[in-house]
Amino acid sequence: MINLGLAQISRALGSGEFSSVELTQKYLQEIAKQNSDLNAYITVCDELALSQAQAADEARSQGNAGPMTGIPIAHKDLFCTQGIRTSCGSKMLDNFIAPYNATVVENFINAGTVTLGKTNMDEFAMGSSNETSFYGPVKNPWNRDLVPGGSSGGSAAAVSGRLCAGATATDTGGSIRQPASFTGITGLKPTYGRVSRWGMVAFASSLDQAGTMTQTAEDAAMMLNVMAGVDPKDSTSSDRPAEDYTADIDKPLTGLKIGLPVQHFSEGLDATVEQCIRDAVAEFEKLGATVKEISLPNSHLSVSAYYVIAPAEASANLSRYDGVRYGYRCENPVNLEDMYKRTRSEGFGTEVKRRIMVGTYALSAGYYDAYYIKAQKIRRLIKNDFEKAFQEVDVIMGPTSPHTAFAIGSKNDDPVTMYLEDIYTIAVNLAGLPGISIPAGLLNGLPIGLQIVGKDFAESQLLNVAHKFQQATDWHEKSPV
Amino acid sequence: MEWETVIGLEVHVQLSTASKLFSGTSTEYGAQPNTQASIYDLAMPGTLPVLNTEALRMAVKFGLSIGAEIGKKSVFDRKNYFYPDLPKGYQTSQLDYPTVGKGELVINMEDGSQRTIGVTRAHMEEDAGKSLHEDFHGKSGIDLNRAGTPLLEIVSEPDMRNAKEAVAYLKKLHSIILYLGISDGEMSQGSMRCDANVSVRPKGTTKLGNRTEIKNINSFRFVEKAINIEVERQIDIIEDGGKIEQETRLYDADKNETRSMRSKEVANDYRYFPEPDLLPIVIDDAYIETVRATLPELPDVKKQRFQDQYGLSEYDAMVLSSDLASANYFEAVVDTCDDAKLSANWVMGDLQAYLNKEEISIVNSIVSAKVLGGLIKRITDNTISSKIAKTVFEAMLAGEGDADSIIESKGLKQVTDTGAIEKMVDDVITANPDQVQQFKEGKEQVIGFFVGQIMKASQGKANPGQVNKMLKEKLSK
Amino acid sequence: MSIELGDVENIAHLARLHLSNEEKQEAAGSISNILALIDQMQSVDTDNVEPLAHAFDAVQRLREDVVTESNQRDELQKIAPETEEGLYLVPKVIE
Repeated sequence: MINLGLAQISRALGSGEFSSVELTQKYLQEIAKQNSDLNAYITVCDELALSQAQAADEARSQGNAGPMTGIPIAHKDLFCTQGIRTSCGSKMLDNFIAPYNATVVENFINAGTVTLGKTNMDEFAMGSSNETSFYGPVKNPWNRDLVPGGSSGGSAAAVSGRLCAGATATDTGGSIRQPASFTGITGLKPTYGRVSRWGMVAFASSLDQAGTMTQTAEDAAMMLNVMAGVDPKDSTSSDRPAEDYTADIDKPLTGLKIGLPVQHFSEGLDATVEQCIRDAVAEFEKLGATVKEISLPNSHLSVSAYYVIAPAEASANLSRYDGVRYGYRCENPVNLEDMYKRTRSEGFGTEVKRRIMVGTYALSAGYYDAYYIKAQKIRRLIKNDFEKAFQEVDVIMGPTSPHTAFAIGSKNDDPVTMYLEDIYTIAVNLAGLPGISIPAGLLNGLPIGLQIVGKDFAESQLLNVAHKFQQATDWHEKSPV
Repeated sequence: MEWETVIGLEVHVQLSTASKLFSGTSTEYGAQPNTQASIYDLAMPGTLPVLNTEALRMAVKFGLSIGAEIGKKSVFDRKNYFYPDLPKGYQTSQLDYPTVGKGELVINMEDGSQRTIGVTRAHMEEDAGKSLHEDFHGKSGIDLNRAGTPLLEIVSEPDMRNAKEAVAYLKKLHSIILYLGISDGEMSQGSMRCDANVSVRPKGTTKLGNRTEIKNINSFRFVEKAINIEVERQIDIIEDGGKIEQETRLYDADKNETRSMRSKEVANDYRYFPEPDLLPIVIDDAYIETVRATLPELPDVKKQRFQDQYGLSEYDAMVLSSDLASANYFEAVVDTCDDAKLSANWVMGDLQAYLNKEEISIVNSIVSAKVLGGLIKRITDNTISSKIAKTVFEAMLAGEGDADSIIESKGLKQVTDTGAIEKMVDDVITANPDQVQQFKEGKEQVIGFFVGQIMKASQGKANPGQVNKMLKEKLSK
Repeated sequence: MSIELGDVENIAHLARLHLSNEEKQEAAGSISNILALIDQMQSVDTDNVEPLAHAFDAVQRLREDVVTESNQRDELQKIAPETEEGLYLVPKVIE
């Protein structure tokens, strides 16, 4: 039952094969068994989940079921959930119970889904391995000595480890796609502005975007149908109408033009990973697509620009954690300054503090032009690169990550090594484009992800392309369970 | 050495929107602490700003009223600093692309002269909350009701040369803001707040001296006092061979002194950058014209019209037009009585004296414009004399009703019956042969004596014009 | 470009972070490495490039000026570290 994907579960619930309560119980049992080791969940909502499942079953018996009714999902622990702790993986918010729901959460509640719990993540979504979480690292279900990737490592591990049917996640520089790649699942980062950020704890406001972790592209389309759309409460959410993302999912790929950026097939890429990606591309050719090489000449600067823009925005976004109105406050502050400094030093972990300092430095007097403005100019160049490429091709493909999942603790010496993890994913965030990572092979028994990048708001096309691949291959069915 | 003072003002005006700049929380003044602080105002995680359409409209309206350039594309920025009354740890403001650009303001000095003061810019930003320093076991209490209230910060050029000009500038700004209806302008409630940048330099030089920023000036009177005391302080220091420290100083009205704000001593690095949660505000000509169409007649135009239409003196026109409520009141009086000059005299004279004494504003006057107009009408139609009118006005202030009912009940109607007046004139002439003799000998000023006697006899009700005319006729016989 | 301990102290203060001496040393080292990564940007000439703050050319939507929020003080202050008489309490603010 729990090995089924979200779309399959939807059909099974519809045909009465099993009830939402039965399924939810099964997931909760599995979570109880696995989570102490996997650490995918920070908070499990047994009671809430069961009552929601019961309500869903009742709604179904009254003929009021939608496609998502009764489907048990998990939310990354940075989506605010009314009455349930939203920790953002940080000691700072360990005691924070939001008095409101994120729009994403609200939409899923309205769609009748079941909330199993809140998934682990890098603290404030800052990390690529899920090791910066205050609640400890998440383990990769494929090999528990390895990281699941980050920052949405808990959501990835929960889906991959079959501890939920699907999960919400967020992606600021690759935080959906890279963990999806490391755990052999489908991770969709929509276009910036496609999904509301209201109630989503901010890391870097101009880059953050909510998306999905699922087994398949079809599953992702069903979740996106719930999430996408304009939100009057988020000024940056797009008023372009959302689509039915399942409508065109089966369209043939004949004539699809695929671009392969030379820069993503160069030095630093594991040879086996490269072969695997090229095999996947060949599969698309069989499906009727044509392939050409393209260039994204400034993509090598994306990590540099990102590590100015994201920390700069984060440094301000995280100023609100001051111990005054909610969240952690240090014991017995002797004065105001002491309260601020100890609250923030004790409440934030090392990586978060480091990024706050980098961002503070980049914005400080005398460095603003050389760092912040320069990074925004590079951002423009990167966006221009994509625009030029998309005049020639429909989608851009390449590896999601240069390698497969790495060992816990192996990349903690130098933050820069960790930052370079996102070398293929970050440019997509800077340009605001949609991207998806889908399983495309195995290397030494570990999943490899294929990244597909689309034009802005071309989620339907991305999901169609991914879905046709998954119809033709079975990489997405490989499971560690 | 002779010194020249250079003053620039930064005026914060609270825009009178119903809800906050970026959230749907009420901005009403005087609520219980933190009852008007919702999740965005408290900077709860994941909350986001959406701009209030009315705040933008008010900012543009102000810009148009001072002939300023309107930013077709304006951008909000984050100004970063930590303070307990600033929940987000940054203030959302506008740095490089304000909604209102360069404009100018003509100020009117008491001697009737005018000066043009440049306005550098006006930008929208959020107000902060309040720290209450009453003793909570050695702690401060934070009230965030005000946090997020829309402010328009209006920054002047350093164009003012003395404290009186600064006051005139502030008064003109106050007047315009009330005309536009974009703020209640209550300085006592902090709806309008003023910081003054003050420096001095040797007269005849052009290089600006080091300036200090004086905060916490919350009345027109204090602006003048604070600037004067600060100028004195600066000149003393320089003449003693010292240097002016560029710093923020607080005006203490009780001690009439400015003192350094220690908390602001550490050089601030605000690390401004564009607010990523808000997109650029783009407005087009059509929008601007729509707002322009709502502009009321502004003080200077009104003043000119008062001179042209009503034949008022420049001074009277200026006084009456400087405050919208007074101007409206005045025109309502004229509407009723049709005598502009008398109306101006009454509004600026007896009525103003009463308002000053009671310390109330004209909108709260117990005597309405219509009632005052009714009184003046009885002067112009000779029902009562100007002197009796004052008695009637006193009765009005005592709440005894309108002019006609007071005149009626007190029997104050002027005597215009020729027979009655003739009898009084005859009586007075008969009773005072000496004075008649003096008149006949050419001492014409004695006629005042006769008039006085007759007015006395009539308890002021005889029509003085008629009395005069008749006296002259009879005495000249 | 590398940063010195003094820079670390300055930015830590601006960001209201307290760092131990050891943490300052670590920060100076790791931030210098990050700045070296960032400095790769300087290899590209961007003189005539317009900075990009938002990925798309969308413009700000406006909200009607209506009060939509009601008083939720009691609920919101349940999660506050310290309150009294409806106020958030902090160590004494000195002006």
